[in-house]
Amino acid sequence: MKLTLHRRYAFAASHRLHSSQLSEDENQRAYGKCNNPYGHGHNYIVEVAVSGPVDPDTGMVANLADLDSYVQREVLDAFDHTYMNEQVPAFQQMVPTTENVAREIFRRLEKFPSAHLERIKIQETSLNSFEYDRQTPGGSSS
Amino acid sequence: MIRITRKIEFSAAHLYNNPKLSPEENRRIFGKCNNPHGHGHNYTLEVTVAGDPDPITGMVLDLKELKEILQREIIERMDHRFLNYEVPELAGQIPTTENVAQLIWKLLEPKITRGKLDRVRLYESPDLFVDCTRNGAA
Repeated sequence: MKLTLHRRYAFAASHRLHSSQLSEDENQRAYGKCNNPYGHGHNYIVEVAVSGPVDPDTGMVANLADLDSYVQREVLDAFDHTYMNEQVPAFQQMVPTTENVAREIFRRLEKFPSAHLERIKIQETSLNSFEYDRQTPGGSSS
Repeated sequence: MIRITRKIEFSAAHLYNNPKLSPEENRRIFGKCNNPHGHGHNYTLEVTVAGDPDPITGMVLDLKELKEILQREIIERMDHRFLNYEVPELAGQIPTTENVAQLIWKLLEPKITRGKLDRVRLYESPDLFVDCTRNGAA
């Protein structure tokens, strides 16, 4: 039997989808409204999934206080109420699509010491969500 | 293969305390969950069974049968109970979402005779849930 603990977090941030490798017209075609030069924002919901054995002394896969403080420090403090294109260093090189935000959050949480990071799921709005895990083709090696 | 999921809800109280640890350690590790009077949650349980539909009935299993199993094994055992004191299978364990999900798996697995128990997903709140799956499954 395998146990996976899931915890949901929220942050609000703005972004602009614009690739320096595309022309103005191509950017407009690829990203539509999301290419608006002033940016726009979302309330993101991040679901973090970690797995591992249950510690017999605590009955837990990971202490929630440890997970909460790790996610707070590594992700929420860096992303919440920011303009991601300019204030999250990874997005100076990479378009902050939610796909890339999921990968960046996975990278930031991968070293969580108390349990094994399985998957990051992000809802950009209630109508769309993205998942990144170790089995994803091109994903991080485990 | 088809996966079929049934959802139920139950409400229960619990507290986290390990008698092997000092009161200070218990408070440090478990925080508010160590309150000796306990506290409660509305749990949501999703039970997924996997299998091939029967060629005659078109069903993996009879949902009515699954509903009865969930009523008997889970609702009657846990709903409106204090998990630490009233669920004997949890005696000596800390009734974390992890341990309750594992117990639910152990209770249901032998009772599901058509199809196979595939996943137990137990929500303690919308922001915290645990999946119990077979070893080797994603």
